[in-house]
Amino acid sequence: MLNNAWLFPAIPALSFLLILFFGKRTPGKGAPIGIIALGSSFVLSIVAVVQWIQRVDDATGHSQGLRALGRGVFAGESSSHGEAVVTPVVHSFTWWQNAGISFGVGTRVDGLVVMMLFVVTLISLLVHVYSVAYMHNDIRYTHYYAMLSLFTASMLLLVVADNTLQLLVGWEGVGLCSFALIGHWWEEGVNSAAALKAFLTTRTGDIGLMIGIIIMFFAAGTFNITGTNVYALSKGADHTLLLAGATCLFIGVIGKSGQFPLHTWLPDAMAGPTPVSALIHAATMVVAGVFLAARMYPVFFKGFSIGAGGMNFMAITGGITIIIGAVLAFVQRDIKKVLAYSTISQIGYMVMALGVGAWTAAVFHLFTHAFFKALLFLGAGSVSHSGSHHSFDMKNDMGGLRKFMPVTFWTFMIGTAALCGIFPFAGFWSKDEILVTAGASGFDAFLVVGLIGAFLTAAYMTRCVYLTFFGEYRGHGHPHESEPLITVPLIVLACFSILAGLVNAAPLGVEKFKQWVEPTFVFPQLVHPEFDYPKAGLSLFIALLGIGIAAYFWFQKEELGPLKGLTQRNKAAHAGYTFLENKYYIDYLYEDVIVAGIKGPMARGAYWFNQNVIDKVVNAFGAGAVKLGRFTYNTIDQKGIDRAYDGVAEATGDAGGLLRYFQSGRVQRYALLLFGAVGILALALLIANS
Amino acid sequence: MIVLGANVAVNVVFWILAIAIAAAAIGVVRSPNVVHAALFLVVVLAGIAALYILLAAEFVAWVQVLIYIGAIVILFLFGIMLTRAPMRATGDLDNSQRLASAVVALFLFGVIAALMVDAYGDKEIKLNSKLVAVGNTHNIASAIFRDYLVPFEVVSMLLLAALVGAVVIARRD
Amino acid sequence: MALNNFLILSAFLFCTGIYGVLARKNAVLVLMSIELMLNAVNLNLVAFSAFNSPTQSVRQAASGQVFALFVITIAAAEVGVGLAIVLLIYRNSRTADLDQLDEMKG
Repeated sequence: MLNNAWLFPAIPALSFLLILFFGKRTPGKGAPIGIIALGSSFVLSIVAVVQWIQRVDDATGHSQGLRALGRGVFAGESSSHGEAVVTPVVHSFTWWQNAGISFGVGTRVDGLVVMMLFVVTLISLLVHVYSVAYMHNDIRYTHYYAMLSLFTASMLLLVVADNTLQLLVGWEGVGLCSFALIGHWWEEGVNSAAALKAFLTTRTGDIGLMIGIIIMFFAAGTFNITGTNVYALSKGADHTLLLAGATCLFIGVIGKSGQFPLHTWLPDAMAGPTPVSALIHAATMVVAGVFLAARMYPVFFKGFSIGAGGMNFMAITGGITIIIGAVLAFVQRDIKKVLAYSTISQIGYMVMALGVGAWTAAVFHLFTHAFFKALLFLGAGSVSHSGSHHSFDMKNDMGGLRKFMPVTFWTFMIGTAALCGIFPFAGFWSKDEILVTAGASGFDAFLVVGLIGAFLTAAYMTRCVYLTFFGEYRGHGHPHESEPLITVPLIVLACFSILAGLVNAAPLGVEKFKQWVEPTFVFPQLVHPEFDYPKAGLSLFIALLGIGIAAYFWFQKEELGPLKGLTQRNKAAHAGYTFLENKYYIDYLYEDVIVAGIKGPMARGAYWFNQNVIDKVVNAFGAGAVKLGRFTYNTIDQKGIDRAYDGVAEATGDAGGLLRYFQSGRVQRYALLLFGAVGILALALLIANS
Repeated sequence: MIVLGANVAVNVVFWILAIAIAAAAIGVVRSPNVVHAALFLVVVLAGIAALYILLAAEFVAWVQVLIYIGAIVILFLFGIMLTRAPMRATGDLDNSQRLASAVVALFLFGVIAALMVDAYGDKEIKLNSKLVAVGNTHNIASAIFRDYLVPFEVVSMLLLAALVGAVVIARRD
Repeated sequence: MALNNFLILSAFLFCTGIYGVLARKNAVLVLMSIELMLNAVNLNLVAFSAFNSPTQSVRQAASGQVFALFVITIAAAEVGVGLAIVLLIYRNSRTADLDQLDEMKG
């Protein structure tokens, strides 16, 4: 499968075309085609995983995983990580060449790619199955499945790409599908506005991405990712160029992965169907930015001088995002919006991890986050589908649902625990690895940020869980458990949320993930700190503290007299609450200040120009044409040409009249002419001969 | 008595005749009366006959009088009568191209006169016995019947043809 | 006698005849003018005959007068035929006015 990685984008693409053209006519309206395609893709991805693990083990020896037990820091070792170099499987074709520049297509499969293949195909398959029940009787059911297939195809194209242009094609493809799927119910103005906002905000980031690709092309001389990485790690690389390229590429990451300041589109994107949110905005598309940064890590590593420690753009952005996302999650009524801000915050963790040099930790967090975030979203979808009568408003329509929807409740709790980083769920292992690496690499500030974020995460998730599942039922519907098509994916994801962390449970001596996924080929030397039990314990304690405080607050709210209704009574607290409710006024800044400030004057200017300049010119042309026409008619045609013609006719008539003088029919006239001619001839002869 | 030379007498006679002929010719072409024009023609013809006599061409002069005045003018008068020409002066005998005709005629006269003056300058006709001998009827007859016999016969045929033709043309049928 | 006198007189007669031919409406008058022209020619011939008599033999010099005789003969024939034609025209179109005979008008 590693050698046929082109199949991964091809199968969903084929499914897209089939659903588009034939979906409506098939029984099941296109869903079975998608499920079969994704199912086969998932099976193939498992094959790819197995093949890759085989490849790594063959290259390094089977016992490597055990020997990595307790091994410490590799910092300072100049050679590779003490293991053999495992090269990725590359198949590359030159598409066309022009003036010495060649554009290629191809696939490049290594551990990171294989992991992404697994995650994307699994979650896409589960979402396909889930949607059969969730989107039942939807007015654009077939179209929905077609776009899901196209999305998966684009994402996989992005993942297996071996050059930045192909990656860009996939990138844009997922952006397009995100737009189409967010605005799936475009009859509501809110939905299409949200879709447009998502598309345009990520587009703003894409400007940076494209400039970054071009800068790296001119720096490295090729679009090929391996080639670019080689250039970045080489001794003669221009640091300024790398910094510029890395910054521009990172802007693309900010846009697509919803980092501050381009995070505003993600919460609004919750207007789309919940399975879409689960697939695209939790597990796969939003991590495309992180994937890009991980893929081209040498560029970022050298560009931002991550190895040298200290502040850098990536880590700062990630850190800020963690905090602002988490804080905003506290003031949301909509359960999906809570999860959206949580996603923003968690991706902030991944970006910060990359910024401090914790590559494996970031990618591992991506891996686990995909599972539990998808689980949480699908759980929210299940709640809305069967519990709150298709509403996502926690305060008005939910509450006490654990009695009615046990499976949903328990899977949601597992997902929450994983997200909060509770031992032994998946999130614990991945988040701790980030924090440990941050602390060990000298990024203490980010360690603190990470811990604060962990606290906030636990707190807002507890709030969310309380409002949804505990207390009295405040809604108007008849809550019941969802059908198996919905609950089975939830259970599957819950299993992964529990178990996925164990592939890299360092304390237990298992570092399979790092071994299989972290690249050894063309990769900078990274710091791999030993697992730090005190820090792990600290983060666990902080998470539990967050849960405890939040639970105390929410569960015992009636008794906390002074605190109850604080934000209504206290001006400062109310101001703070309003500030948060308006999302730090960032949306206001973007839409009403920047955009309106540009488009208002621009529109007015364009209108003025149109009315006064263009219209005047056109009118002048029109008037001029009329004048010209009249002039031509009156002067040229009537007076000039007609006169000429009349003149010619008159001259002809006059000439005829003149000639008629000589053709009178009277002999004497002819004789006159005769004698006259004779006389003239005689005179001529006379003169000639004299 | 002053005896005028023969030259003087000849010149005087010539000029008298010339003026008469010229005036009569003008009268032929300008007279408003057809019959008067015919009579003016008679004067012209007679004058020319007199000039022939002056040039010692006696036979030609008499033939002129005989044929021209005696037959042709009579024919003209018959023609005038048979075509019912108005016998009185009418203003209607000149057509519209009088002026152009006068111009052409004068122009031609100028050309011919210039040519003649240029060609013959001061040449003179000598009156001597040879001149008289030339106009002798006997000599004319000799010339006709010896040198110009064939033209004479042809002219006879022509006269016959003209006679027959005129009869054919003018007969009523 | 100056030869030129005769010649110029002859030219005058000839041109008068031309004027008459061109300017007169009546057909008979035109014929009369033609006679004038013929007489002018005759006068010219006889004058030259007299002029040439000293230098030529008698028979040679007589040719001018013989030619004049022939011209008179032809003139007579021509007048005869011409008047016959005029009569015929008069019979057909009731007029001897040449201005009326313009059926060849272009």
